[in-house]
Amino acid sequence: MAKTVTARATLDRGGLTDEQLVAMLWNMLLQRQLDNRGFQLNRQGKIPFALGSEGHEALQAGAAMAFVRGSDILVPYYRDLGLVLGVGITPLDLLTNMFAREADLSGGRQFPNHYTARDRGVLSISSIIAAHCTHAAGVAYALTYHGGTGRAVLCSTGEGATSEGEWHEAVNFSAIHKLPIVFLVENNGWAISTPQSAQMAIVDVADKAAGYGIPGLICDGTDPIATYRAMKVALERARSGGGPTLVEAKCYRFLAHSTDDDDRTYRNREELAQQRTDDPVPKYEHALLEAGIIDDDGLTAMKADVLKQTNDATDAAENLPYPSVDDMTTHVYSGAAYEPWLE
Amino acid sequence: MSETAAERAHEDREPVPGFNGTAHDSPSEPTGNSTISNVEAVRLALHDAMLADERVLILGEDVGVRGNVFLITKGFLEEFGAKRVVDMPLAEASIVGVAVGMAMQGLRPIAEIQFADFIYPAFSQIVGEAAKTRYRSNGDYSCPLVIRTPYGGGVHGALSHSISIEALFYHVPGLKIVAPSTPRDIVGLLTAAIEDPDPVLFLEHKKTYRSVKGDVPAGHFTIPIGRADVKKPGTQATVVSYGYNLHQALDAAAELETEGISVEVVDLRSIRPMDKTTILTSVRKTRKLLIIHEDNKFGGIGAEISAMVAEEALFDLDAPIRRLCGPDVPAMGYAKPLEDAFMISTERMRAAMQELVAF
Repeated sequence: MAKTVTARATLDRGGLTDEQLVAMLWNMLLQRQLDNRGFQLNRQGKIPFALGSEGHEALQAGAAMAFVRGSDILVPYYRDLGLVLGVGITPLDLLTNMFAREADLSGGRQFPNHYTARDRGVLSISSIIAAHCTHAAGVAYALTYHGGTGRAVLCSTGEGATSEGEWHEAVNFSAIHKLPIVFLVENNGWAISTPQSAQMAIVDVADKAAGYGIPGLICDGTDPIATYRAMKVALERARSGGGPTLVEAKCYRFLAHSTDDDDRTYRNREELAQQRTDDPVPKYEHALLEAGIIDDDGLTAMKADVLKQTNDATDAAENLPYPSVDDMTTHVYSGAAYEPWLE
Repeated sequence: MSETAAERAHEDREPVPGFNGTAHDSPSEPTGNSTISNVEAVRLALHDAMLADERVLILGEDVGVRGNVFLITKGFLEEFGAKRVVDMPLAEASIVGVAVGMAMQGLRPIAEIQFADFIYPAFSQIVGEAAKTRYRSNGDYSCPLVIRTPYGGGVHGALSHSISIEALFYHVPGLKIVAPSTPRDIVGLLTAAIEDPDPVLFLEHKKTYRSVKGDVPAGHFTIPIGRADVKKPGTQATVVSYGYNLHQALDAAAELETEGISVEVVDLRSIRPMDKTTILTSVRKTRKLLIIHEDNKFGGIGAEISAMVAEEALFDLDAPIRRLCGPDVPAMGYAKPLEDAFMISTERMRAAMQELVAF
């Protein structure tokens, strides 16, 4: 931003620099653009399926800002577009995944938004809800196996996943062993069509932490700085041997569960319209404008750049080849042999 | 191996050690070159693996202070420390799930499911996660994990301490399954499983734990996963079996040998992958096949072997393929007559062999 901008309000910046605050906005704008692109490509008949994280942008940008690249490990779930962007997965990676091309990180095998990137500290996940939570606990155990390392695991889920036995087992095991892990619950109030009230008899997921003897924090998941603060505290506690924390980031899911879902069958439009008044993306744009950290021209330029990056990644990914069916039998086991009958 | 293991096991109607609180001697200290029992073989292989590779750790219910309900890991906690011998919360899904995470992060966990009957809560982790980790990440991650579990009946274990689980898992690509039945095979295959870069389900028939003894070579050795073993050569019929049944089949074959009937007994040892060559070589020689397993018949291991032999060697056969298996009821009952009726007697095996040879 070459131009001088004028602050109209002070911003509680959570110790973040201007550059970091702008980086979070960039992440949020890119998330929204990529999210929309997934749905557009599906409606155009170009990809079979897309998942959206619209409404989760702020908390994911904030959580990713607290993550230390090259050291921490991310064990995400499928609604974590912004988190994975924030730890180094690129728009091209994501589009290549959506188009299921050979160059995809999973070789075109995985569903959209099911990431794997060992080189960037992102664990491979399945679609089985909360199955990754016990993996995250195992990774955290491994990080401290040879002594303290100052590294942490960030394991995320929606609020619905906390109904799963494996979520409980993972948090319980982590608490017993005081593992360096943060369980981030992105509470958007809906698990496909099931509201939170049908998942649990409590209002705050963070209350569950008490049952494991670990701290539970609640943050405004529509505010990246608030989420960053909570995640920073939790991750620092993990890295310094203080054990696990449960962080509940409250947000809202603006889109249907996926392109195969129709949320009009279970969610009224008034609720959606009401929630839109608290949309985290324009809210944060406004906060940075008010604080004079960006100006209108800068914001316009960022949006144009995000669109261009998304378009470029879309074109590049679409033009890549599908995986060869000859490769279908690779990586069943470590060697080339995969058939159950041994000659 | 044909030292009338089955007879001894029949006399040996003691309760499952550690299972109902009965006091039992701890397995003797492994020496690596003597005659040991199956349960001592498991202990020996685990102990050697723990000594050889610091990445190896054991997690399960009661594996630490108690030293496992069969006393397999007795003393391990003191020797290797709580970081490497982990008493897990009573939650089987996370015993495997946590181990999957450890394996993805570079450790070599050995997860124990206390009894195979308790494995159901971990089914999702084994089938949906461990077996698919390498494939779904296109080789970015792997899951070098061993899941050990005692299975099988004839120990008064009733419905939930007696089952065989191999058929529930052998359908799953990405998973390896072994079920060795002698001390030597247990040490060689457990060592191979621990060193294997992929997830291995390791099945131990608990009725053979103390009733079967045998020699184990000194020092480090492995037996390749996927290779069967001809435990007794013969010419007139092939019997393929594994587990406790294998020892009964060997006893039956030895008895028939004295009557001039020659039966070849193939110990399957590995269930996935399975040894096509050894089975076909034997069947093409004897021209008759009997498959014996304790697990129930429908959709069992014998079904797949039958299909393979029918596809590959139908015209080499002189008789229809026979299967002698557990009945298709949900499990064996607690009452002795019910349990005995579920388990296949050595007499029934001998009769089936005679009948097949006479066909």
